[in-house]
Amino acid sequence: MTYVRPTFRHPDLPKNKINFTKKDYEGALSTLCAGCGHDSISGAIAQACFELSVEPHRIAKLSGIGCSSKTPAYFLGNSHGFNSVHGRMPSVATGAYLANRDLVYFGVSGDGDSASIGMGQFVHAIRRNLNMVYVVMNNGCYGLTKGQDSATADNGSKSKAGSTNLFNAIDLVGLGLELGATFVARSFSGDKTQLIPLIKAAISHPGFALIDVISPCVTFNNNVGSTKSYDYVREHIEATSTVDFVPVMEEITASYDDAKEVTLHDGSALHLQKLHQGWNPEDKLSAMNAIQTSKEKGEILTGLIYIEPNTNALHDVLQTTKTPLNTLKEDLLCPGIDALEALNQSLR
Amino acid sequence: MSKVNDFVVRFANVNGTGSASANGMFAKAIFRMGIPVTPKNIFPSNIQGLPTWYEVRISEKGYLGRREGIDLMVSVNPQSMLKDVQSVSSGGYFMYDSTKPLHKEYIREDITYLGIPLMGICMEQYTDPRQRQLFKNIIYVGALSALLDIEFGVLEQLLAEQFKGKEKLIPANVQALQLGVKYVQENFSYPLDIRVERRDLVGNRIMFDGNGACGLGAVYAGATVAAWYPITPSTSVVEKFEKYAKKFRTDKETGEKNYAIVQAEDELAAIGMVIGANWNGARSFTATSGPGVSLMNEFLGLGYFAEIPAVLIDVQRTGPSTGMPTRTQQSDITISAYASHGDTKHVLLFPSNPKDCFELTTDAFDLAERLQTPIIVLTDLDLGMNDHMSEPFEWNPDRKYDRGKVYTAEDLENMGRFGRYLDSDGDGIPYRTYPGTHPTKGSYFTRGTSRDEYAVYTEDSAVYVRNMQRLEKKWETAKDLVPKPHFYQEKNMSPLGVIFFGTSTYSSEEAIDLLREQDVVLDAMQLKAFPFNKDVEQFIEDHEVVFVIEQNRDAQMRSLLINELEINPKKLIRVLNYDGMPITADKIVKEISKSLAVA
Repeated sequence: MTYVRPTFRHPDLPKNKINFTKKDYEGALSTLCAGCGHDSISGAIAQACFELSVEPHRIAKLSGIGCSSKTPAYFLGNSHGFNSVHGRMPSVATGAYLANRDLVYFGVSGDGDSASIGMGQFVHAIRRNLNMVYVVMNNGCYGLTKGQDSATADNGSKSKAGSTNLFNAIDLVGLGLELGATFVARSFSGDKTQLIPLIKAAISHPGFALIDVISPCVTFNNNVGSTKSYDYVREHIEATSTVDFVPVMEEITASYDDAKEVTLHDGSALHLQKLHQGWNPEDKLSAMNAIQTSKEKGEILTGLIYIEPNTNALHDVLQTTKTPLNTLKEDLLCPGIDALEALNQSLR
Repeated sequence: MSKVNDFVVRFANVNGTGSASANGMFAKAIFRMGIPVTPKNIFPSNIQGLPTWYEVRISEKGYLGRREGIDLMVSVNPQSMLKDVQSVSSGGYFMYDSTKPLHKEYIREDITYLGIPLMGICMEQYTDPRQRQLFKNIIYVGALSALLDIEFGVLEQLLAEQFKGKEKLIPANVQALQLGVKYVQENFSYPLDIRVERRDLVGNRIMFDGNGACGLGAVYAGATVAAWYPITPSTSVVEKFEKYAKKFRTDKETGEKNYAIVQAEDELAAIGMVIGANWNGARSFTATSGPGVSLMNEFLGLGYFAEIPAVLIDVQRTGPSTGMPTRTQQSDITISAYASHGDTKHVLLFPSNPKDCFELTTDAFDLAERLQTPIIVLTDLDLGMNDHMSEPFEWNPDRKYDRGKVYTAEDLENMGRFGRYLDSDGDGIPYRTYPGTHPTKGSYFTRGTSRDEYAVYTEDSAVYVRNMQRLEKKWETAKDLVPKPHFYQEKNMSPLGVIFFGTSTYSSEEAIDLLREQDVVLDAMQLKAFPFNKDVEQFIEDHEVVFVIEQNRDAQMRSLLINELEINPKKLIRVLNYDGMPITADKIVKEISKSLAVA
């Protein structure tokens, strides 16, 4: 069957700066399990885009294969979407970004997609610093094939069937930092007050923005003994700080002693409070240290982990024209007959 | 028999010793004298040290295929010398470095030895070891110019062109040439009976490699995104694209580029980027060889099913697996035609010379966007990495890119509901939209899963079948859009037909002439594309027996013809060469004669 939302809209729905209502950022009805963390993340993405007043059609959402990769159908229905092949979203996103540097790119991926079959592409997308938001909906298991452990499952974590994972987890946040990602964050699907401002900041960030979102699988990995269950995450979650996103031209009102403001490339700002001890979001060493220390303590560290606000994305590095390549026409692309004749002459 | 303008010279060198440019100059000089020439590199998968050969066929009749039999061997590599001596045709010549005497095992009674103390001359003339090595090559070219009657002025002119901007290097090179000439003048009677004579048989033709022509074609076709992973023998396609794009597509004031090139982490990513860029409305391509095509299968299937344009240039090499990476074959036909799981078919184009490479590459971009599907240009190592004499490149100044069926914001504004996979025109080709076109209309979800006409996911059997049938209809439409085959006769003259394509063309044309001298008349058809259209079917229908000439073991093109056109297999006779070397006319003549004798 086809899932379509009713088209009825309440006339008094609040509108954003560009006159869109929140409905304009919604997608088809989700077919994921009731209570799936992924749906909360979809909602957070829609909410962030609505609040930031991004024109829906100026967003492209891309994904691989898996439960997480289905979600782009469930948010931003007025945006083009591309559900590609397993683990290969980063390459498709690279091509799309090269073709048109002016759109906002959302890559949505899962732990199987990014930490296993697509690890190579994930790594190289970071290395190339694509200007995109890369969301990993991380549940530590393969939901669509009924709950096998993924590469992000913690060593010792128990599955629903009772077996224990015997292998070490790949930490995508630690990996992202190591590879030079210019925006690294971790969040929890159950914490929208943290996730929404992080997504907004990620959109504003001019380079590769990784958000690893722990998103419990209610059907296969929400049992006692699992380290990716709602209960376990809630009990072990720690935050680097609270995060407020302050759009361009808005004044920051609140002020605390243990607060920090990070001005983003487009003039918006992140207002961070209750800072984790010894952590500075613009200092990679302190970020790596915070991640390792909390891991030692058995904590799940969330929030903004690291940011390099002024960064050169792939198009800057390649010195591509500011005009989207997909709009160029024959006059700029085809060297013409005289150049060809000269070339022929040089080959005789 | 006089061998004026009709002989084969082979150079035996050590890889990485700078012989390529000297040997290239030799071939180019003959070309400049108006004589048809075809050079071929026979090189190892190695950067330095292993034996490498350069073979030049000179043909007054204009035959550009490889010919068996070596009339003059220029032996500068002790490693391969024994084999090199043995490979000279009886009555031929063996030029060697006589600084040290030749051991008796190298002596044959039926060939003439031309000993030149190359190393001795170099030791005497030069002190720098690198100079000794490089000028050795120039000295033997000088010696050859005297022995074969190559005009010295032509060589001087080529040196002047080669060292344009570095003019101070010219006199030393000219001097090295003269050292070779002088030695011949003082020690041999010259010129030899094999020699060249100026002709006017080249016209306005050019010498260029197929990979360069493909790269240039991609620039002319408006490709803006190239993604690739290095692999022999395709690497120079993107390198040449970069060279010409840099030259023609860089803003002179800002230095900004109207193109983007990414060296991907592997072939999977390369084709993924191409798919992503094309989905987003840019013309994008990649180049690879057989092993890369194997890796790209997954995305080619997505491109077919999700209907996304892509251009892939496959420079075939000898397979299977890693095979012989620096040898040629036409053995990716089957995998390219049916790449990926499920029911898939892909449009293939078969260039046979550099001009074809240029034109079929430009056509590939139009076809990819018109048909919204991957297009694979199947060239090969022989065509891609060797210089070929070719008609000059042409471009119609009025030519506009065919961007296919794409709805604009205005179109969307004035229409009802957009259906990405609706067959509105009845040709199986739907309309697409680029991301970012219209605020509320035209967005859709691209997917490799089954979907309905509005791009909504479905597992409804009837809808799935309807979609697959539409793709089949699109395939029928493709038959009329792809380049037609080339026929060598206005009207059929024989019950015997012959089919060939790509680099088998040169030797096939020669073989047809040779067989005609034996009163065997063949009607000929050169394939340019897959799917096969009615003309291809008709040609086979009109002949009792059709020989299919190709360079692979399993007769892949023959199988494709049988499979797609439901031909009686007995009617199609395989003529094959798959040893990694370009097919020769002799081989074709032998195979066809043998087959006719049996029949």
